[in-house]
Amino acid sequence: MKRKKYSVFVGLCSLCAVTLLGGCSTILLFNPKGPIGESERFVIIAAIVLMLIVIIPVFIMAFWFPLTYRASNTKSTYMPKWSHSTKIDFLMWAVPFAIVAVLAILAWTRTHSLDPYKPIPSVHKPINIEVVCLDWKWLFIYPDQNIATVNQITFPVNVPVSFKITSDTVMASFFIPQLGSQIYAMAGMQTRLHLLADKPGTYAGQNQQFTGRGFADMHFQANAVSREEFQSWVEKVRQSPEKLDLDRYRKLAKPNVGYHPVTYFSSVKPDLFEYILRKFNPTLGQNPRPMSGGNVSTQAGTDVSEEN
Amino acid sequence: MFGKLSLSAIPYDNPITMGAVGGAVVLGLVILGLITYYRKWTYLYKEWLTSLDHKKIGIMYIILALVMLLRGFADAILMRSQQAVAAGGSLGFLPPDHFDQIFSAHGSIMIVFMAMPFMVGLMNVVVPQQIGARDVAFPFMNSLSLWLTTAAALLVMVSLGFGEFSKAGWSGYAPLTEQQYSPGVGVDYWIWAFQIAGIGSTMTGINFLVTVLKMRAPGMKPMRLPLFVWTTFFTMLLVVWAFPVLTVDLALLTLDRYLGMHFFTNTLGGNMMMYVNLFWTWGHPEVYILILPAFGIFSEIVATFSGKRLFGYTSMVYATSVITILSFSVWLHHFFTMGASPNVNIFFGIATMLIAVPTGVKIFNWLFTMYRGRIRFTTPMYWTLAFIVTFAVGGSSGVMMSIPPADYVLHNSLFLIAHFHNVLIPGSLFGFFAGFYYWFPKAIGFRLNEDWGKRAFWCWLIGFYLAFAPLYVLGFMGMPRRMAHYANPTWHPYLLIAAFGAAVILLGIVFQGIQLLVSIKERRALRDPTGDPWDGRTLEWMTSSPPAVYNFPKIPIVDELDAFMDMKEKGVAYRRPDQYNDIEMPKNSPHGLIIGALAFVFGFAMIWYVWWLAILAALGMLSTVIARSMDDDIHYIIPAAEVERIENERYRELGPIAKRHPTDEQTIPERVPEM
Amino acid sequence: MMTTNASTIGIAYSEEVEHPDTVAIQTFGFWIYLMSDLILFATLFATFAVLGGNYAGGPTGKELFDLPYLLGETLFLLFSSVAYGLVMLAMHDGKKNCVLIGLAVVFLLGFGFVSMEINEFHGMIAAGHGPDRSAFLSSFFTLVGTHGIHVTFGLIWMAVVIWQVAVKGLTTPVQSRLMRLSMFWHFLDIIWIGIFSIVYLTGVV
Repeated sequence: MKRKKYSVFVGLCSLCAVTLLGGCSTILLFNPKGPIGESERFVIIAAIVLMLIVIIPVFIMAFWFPLTYRASNTKSTYMPKWSHSTKIDFLMWAVPFAIVAVLAILAWTRTHSLDPYKPIPSVHKPINIEVVCLDWKWLFIYPDQNIATVNQITFPVNVPVSFKITSDTVMASFFIPQLGSQIYAMAGMQTRLHLLADKPGTYAGQNQQFTGRGFADMHFQANAVSREEFQSWVEKVRQSPEKLDLDRYRKLAKPNVGYHPVTYFSSVKPDLFEYILRKFNPTLGQNPRPMSGGNVSTQAGTDVSEEN
Repeated sequence: MFGKLSLSAIPYDNPITMGAVGGAVVLGLVILGLITYYRKWTYLYKEWLTSLDHKKIGIMYIILALVMLLRGFADAILMRSQQAVAAGGSLGFLPPDHFDQIFSAHGSIMIVFMAMPFMVGLMNVVVPQQIGARDVAFPFMNSLSLWLTTAAALLVMVSLGFGEFSKAGWSGYAPLTEQQYSPGVGVDYWIWAFQIAGIGSTMTGINFLVTVLKMRAPGMKPMRLPLFVWTTFFTMLLVVWAFPVLTVDLALLTLDRYLGMHFFTNTLGGNMMMYVNLFWTWGHPEVYILILPAFGIFSEIVATFSGKRLFGYTSMVYATSVITILSFSVWLHHFFTMGASPNVNIFFGIATMLIAVPTGVKIFNWLFTMYRGRIRFTTPMYWTLAFIVTFAVGGSSGVMMSIPPADYVLHNSLFLIAHFHNVLIPGSLFGFFAGFYYWFPKAIGFRLNEDWGKRAFWCWLIGFYLAFAPLYVLGFMGMPRRMAHYANPTWHPYLLIAAFGAAVILLGIVFQGIQLLVSIKERRALRDPTGDPWDGRTLEWMTSSPPAVYNFPKIPIVDELDAFMDMKEKGVAYRRPDQYNDIEMPKNSPHGLIIGALAFVFGFAMIWYVWWLAILAALGMLSTVIARSMDDDIHYIIPAAEVERIENERYRELGPIAKRHPTDEQTIPERVPEM
Repeated sequence: MMTTNASTIGIAYSEEVEHPDTVAIQTFGFWIYLMSDLILFATLFATFAVLGGNYAGGPTGKELFDLPYLLGETLFLLFSSVAYGLVMLAMHDGKKNCVLIGLAVVFLLGFGFVSMEINEFHGMIAAGHGPDRSAFLSSFFTLVGTHGIHVTFGLIWMAVVIWQVAVKGLTTPVQSRLMRLSMFWHFLDIIWIGIFSIVYLTGVV
């Protein structure tokens, strides 16, 4: 019976190994396309390795002890009153503690270096994209280019992308798995995210936080392209007959069923993003982070989030 | 007159729902018919429904939990099948509206209506006996808690046939659960079911805290308490501290929905993150509320079946207390991706990792309890071993997610689903199953068939790995949770494996059903005449199986940890007292049942905006409480002669065992002197 | 009939703890209930602390709160607590009539408090400053209202206990109830002091 359990375990291990090594291209988190994602992959792998220091002894003991000390094996030592050993006690507190200490240091440094609010240092000026979560699609506004798109973003490779994110509906989470970090989109609040793609390609983006009926169709495309291709894409969007004024926006914001096709808008009402934010929070300054300082409405005026 | 309620609330057009409703109604009618046919209504009412006996209340809790386990598992099967077919362009057989209700119901039921009642049921059966008491501190409140929980569970079941259940997940994040985005009755079902059950749980918490602190037998000092009692104590402390927060959180959401207030709305100053903060201030301790008692159960089982004292008892107690305290300092790890500053995130990240330390200590303590033991591989021991191995993996994946940058990519993915099933299924459900098999003979009087138990066990374990290992991989593949359908074809094979795993678990549940039937058939052969079928160590094995209504004819005196083993070793375990005394026990009371029924009516009326009915039900509850408080004659006396008659019977059945020293018994390995 | 062995090694049974002290257990249980109720109020206070500044263009505490009126309300509750203290003294002396008169005074003072609070709420809602106006008002009405509902339930409980004292006299169960109601009443007093200083005083200042 022990053997059966063992074979299940081996089977699962090999299954995992095969999928992790063999099918690497579909295991998105192990196949990152930017420095943020790569760093996060490192953290995950480091954690797995550290955890193995505990898991392996536990597995060994969990099979070895029951086998050795089974009731039918009368040759093994039996000490019914033995219930304390300072040495073992010390080890079982110290070893996990040491592992956690190492992990904590790793987590401390990486949490600070991978803060989604932290701009990515680069020689290039970042591309600004404003993201609005709608029911059930993503609206992307390029304030510098004065264009907007639905369910598709395009940006140059090796140039940091600076996202400002909000929601015109319930809470959602903006996530491009192969580029790294996700962050919540919340109405009346603005969150920040900085990403960078160092390889060209088309990456899947999605909503990671359940938002209701159309949630499953709320995915989008993120294209990392060369700078020239980016320019020509912007030109292409500018050719679109659609303009995103307030009326068009209100129509767009209505819930849709099924996947909303990619749509281009050649121009955008100025400060549309600001307008969406203030709709819910008229006294809003630029709240730096949700829940910090408790009261969002009193911080009017100062723009703390533009740290550089 | 009937608020929002009309005949159109019944989902005639949905064959799956109507099938489930039809099945439930037919099954209910069959059960009611059988009770009527065998004229068992009086028996049922007098011996069970109005009983204040903690053992019977415990058994009823466990029956409720098992029924809800079936319902919750049916939801799981539906989800797994939907995701197994809804790949590529296919939308599967469940439209999103229905799929969303199913995953919301699955989570709500499994946490609040399966795991909680299962846990409270086991505590009810065992804890008073383990501390040498005759009942809990407040027997009436105990019955009230049971019926409130049942009323709440009934609300969830009724939502199948009338209206809908919540489509916003078991955690009910605002503003999705606000009137604007969820105008239907589904969220209201969820709110009132949680609220009513939560009040029941808070009362259970108060009850058991007082029981453990005030009702212990003489000599049962804190460091002599069985570990299950310790974990019960800490769990109930968590209940009393955490549940009021849930009560408030749900009440505020209710006020938003019913009176147009602005706690968690997008507009007029509401803050949805306040909801999320409060929810997890309850929600994270809730996880430990479910896991700590199971830790206690494993500790009892591993010591008993290793024929050895629990290794590092003191360490275990301190580890439990550390977990209890830390569990309140980690809630923010449920939303690292909110955009809090790195210092905030890392504080909660490290606090979360720290919980791994006492948890690791516990794992090693169980392992070293087996070391130099004489291990008997019974079904409870199988579940315990499976738990140790599986939980180590699940706990580790949790430590991984406690690192904020790792959580930035794993949050809300299927990795998260795999993680918390990987801790809650072995850490909680396996524990409750182990406890179920371990204490079944104590509560009912006969053991359960071991062969079918082991078959069921293997199906559960293998099914578990098949169902959840693929979800870990899918998490790394970037698949979010709660997808009604998906376009990415590379996810499909893994979801097929997971669906197959769920089918294997289903087989395990079928085997458990067969096991119950077979055991009932073989109950004479499996009868436990001794009250101590496993060579137990703690006081509950001192009573008969099933115990007399008063548990102990005389309250035992405790002078050691593992009190009963100590008595057996001293040869005084079965010594009869010189004389018996009258025993005072609580009388039956229908008030708990009535309040439960009225709570159901109240909840239902609130959900459907039938205000007059809600007011009537509330007044009814208030009057019932007042009526109960008027009654000062709540005890009855069992005369000493009756006690003696019951005990004579018991010793007749015990026969020679009472005289025999347990070490003489064949099945028990010989003890070697301490080295 | 003592057929089994009468081993003399150690005593396995306690000689009489057949009647656990019910009153002590009930009182202790009530303390734990108060602890959980305290957490309930703490959560409401926290909610007020987070949302209490979100006026959303609506009125602020400064515009709404009438301190002299509230001081009167507070005095009602404080004096009712003092009166309850005297009731407990009378109870220990076994003076049934004094207990009844005292409870009646406590009840009237408590009733006065609730009436004043309802009047205050009514005025605010009638002026369009109801709980649906802003997050600040939602959290204000909920925190203060929850306290008010507690006091109301205390009054219902008190009516029941007055009836019990009158009919049953000062029996042990009735005394136990009087004691727990006393704990509840003083507890609500303390909560009110918290509300008065955190919500009203800081709101006006």
